[in-house]
Amino acid sequence: MSRALLALIAAAALAGCATPQAPKPWEKGNLARPEMTMAGDALDQRFNQHIYQSKENGTGSSGVGGGGCGCN
Amino acid sequence: MKTRHIALACLALAALHAGPAAALKVGDRAPEIAAQRDTSTPLRLSAYKGQVVLLDFWASWCGPCKQSFPWMNTLHGKYAAQGLRIVAVNVDARREDGERFLAQRPPQFLVAWDAEGATPAAYEVKAMPSSVLIGADGRVLHIHAGFRDEDAAALEARIVAALAERR
Repeated sequence: MSRALLALIAAAALAGCATPQAPKPWEKGNLARPEMTMAGDALDQRFNQHIYQSKENGTGSSGVGGGGCGCN
Repeated sequence: MKTRHIALACLALAALHAGPAAALKVGDRAPEIAAQRDTSTPLRLSAYKGQVVLLDFWASWCGPCKQSFPWMNTLHGKYAAQGLRIVAVNVDARREDGERFLAQRPPQFLVAWDAEGATPAAYEVKAMPSSVLIGADGRVLHIHAGFRDEDAAALEARIVAALAERR
């Protein structure tokens, strides 16, 4: 009997681990706010992308290669 | 005995995850909407019986909605006389956000408010914006998720066809 109780308690406790319902498409107002982006602002993202591309070009990836310094 | 306990626990867990309802399909009867024109005036679909309704779901935070508004204004200008009613349901949690959006893009069509999200839930909206074309018989004719300029022509053709069917 105590085992059944234990199982029940475990089930109830585990239910707490279940993620709450994912936000519905019409509930994403807060997620759409600019401060919710994983990266920085548009300028920062562009800067990072520039550095990344320069490094990739330096190792012979797509596009016209540079020295990998991001200075062009 | 032990397996029974495990089965019971599994059942209890399964009960916590309610399955999604069957999605709204073309040909289904369009669910009633639960939106407000303003605090005292509810807006119901039944008021537009016999007319073709383009039910649009939008929010201030939704990028493509900014493109769809001028398009819907054009549609309204072209087809309102032929019996097209555009109802744009706002789903913003804060109405002020929606009002700021409208101030920048004044709509000629009808805007209604549903901060609780009962209407998009009833229509099982999959993306923002979404539009549902409802025929004069109150049945769903077309469901469109998202908005891109290249979709506009096909959507307009569908609306023209629906208006022609009505006559």
